[in-house]
Amino acid sequence: MDFLSNYDLLGAFWTTVQLTFWSAIGALVWGIVLAGMRVSPVWLMRAFATAYVNIVRNTPLTLIVVASSLGLYQALGVSLTTDKTTAALAITNFRLAVLAFVLYTGTFVAEAVRSGINTVPVGQAEAARALGLGFFQTLTLIVLPQALRSVVAPLASVLIALTKNTTVASAIGVAEAAVLMKTMLENEGQAGTLVFAVFAIGFVILTLPVGLLLGWLSKKVAVKR
Amino acid sequence: MSGAPSVLYDAPGPKAKVRNLVYSVVFLALLAAVAWFVFVALDDKGQFTSAMWSPFVQGDTWTVYLLPGLGTTLLAAVLAIVIALPVGAVFGIARLSDHVWIRVPAGVLVELFRAIPVLMLMLFANFFYDWYTDIDSDVRPLFAVVTGLVLYNGSVLAEVFRAGIESLPKGQSEAAYALGLRKTQTMLTILLPQAVTVMLPAIVSQLVVVVKDTALGSTILSFSDLLSNYRILPANYGNTIPTLVVIGLIYVVVNWVVTRLAAMLERRLSRRGRSTARPTAAASTTAVPVADMPTV
Repeated sequence: MDFLSNYDLLGAFWTTVQLTFWSAIGALVWGIVLAGMRVSPVWLMRAFATAYVNIVRNTPLTLIVVASSLGLYQALGVSLTTDKTTAALAITNFRLAVLAFVLYTGTFVAEAVRSGINTVPVGQAEAARALGLGFFQTLTLIVLPQALRSVVAPLASVLIALTKNTTVASAIGVAEAAVLMKTMLENEGQAGTLVFAVFAIGFVILTLPVGLLLGWLSKKVAVKR
Repeated sequence: MSGAPSVLYDAPGPKAKVRNLVYSVVFLALLAAVAWFVFVALDDKGQFTSAMWSPFVQGDTWTVYLLPGLGTTLLAAVLAIVIALPVGAVFGIARLSDHVWIRVPAGVLVELFRAIPVLMLMLFANFFYDWYTDIDSDVRPLFAVVTGLVLYNGSVLAEVFRAGIESLPKGQSEAAYALGLRKTQTMLTILLPQAVTVMLPAIVSQLVVVVKDTALGSTILSFSDLLSNYRILPANYGNTIPTLVVIGLIYVVVNWVVTRLAAMLERRLSRRGRSTARPTAAASTTAVPVADMPTV
């Protein structure tokens, strides 16, 4: 067990947590915007959001992550940081990974939110329209608050899947848990099973409380109908 | 969806039509601006020259690189789903067992493998085969990828099977017991066949997840699947972006076909209507696990 102290386990998992945190916030915002576009009265927005969701959802996340690094950064020279020190590459890769996760996970958030919008009774939107509210007001004041409360459980699954998906950032060299696990498996061959157990427990610790907490929250905030 | 106006807004009147047109134009301008920015950036780097794209009209780009890669991807996906199905069925049934000593360990295993990232399962499988078996290093990545996918999707499918069996009306098993069938007979001849019918669309759409997840192996395990060509082709032609676009399109088309297949199956099954699972009951009980399924 002593060899475990030779590695920065907490640091690697902290990167995983940070990746998850920023990606989750971005994906939530982007997903709600996409869902709003999908139900909007403007044909072009509906078409764009539908096409975007269907294309991105069917693309492997690994491809999107690799494309953000090789395509956006290396081939196009889009740099996401103004940092000029040696840490610049690490910062860039981290931000590119977050961008890829946001673009990808946003589609699943959008689908969950859209299914939540469908659970809101028709009368709610009809009453809102009868009061003279426009589309944007109906959506943001009446429908979305109710829809979001009913999709806490599906969004929790998306968040847990996102937590696990952050390991894909290893493809562009972000120093998170999977990279450390690979290094440790290579260096500590005879104790490989132990290494795997440590990382497995790490992810159970990351995902289990989130699942339980959001499961409790989904029951608490659910709209009683 | 289209055609019938949404409940969220009225059928547009003259003013709303003008307003929607203005929004359309503004949104189009926004899209065009992004497209222009990307186009200029790509053009600056010479990404639209024919040298970048001409490899994709040459036969051997497809016959030597892309199609064998696609074959490996599909082979891994099919192997994974074919092995994961019985594994999932066994664990799904085990979780419904009357015996605590079967039910609890099966539940723990299923929950555990759903909590671990597939990439880590693949990494460990690769290490395990390297260290404890003498599988040839040429096929080891394939073994590792399939093992990782089976462990993860087996546990996801276990939940699908469990939900499918639980969605069946209680009368099915009661009638079977009344006829004198044993528990195993009831499960194998009465419940499981009906559950599979109910869950078939969910099982097929899980195939999309498997196809996408095969791509995990190419970056960290040097698995030579379709995605791995993003390193090989640009090494010859320097066309990173065109290669990524073409590979992405192939994945989208393959997954689109699988999704259509799932939708077709769903329609056929609902039309046939022979399944005893009441659609509403099935929908309400499966709603949780299907949403719960990390298809992400």
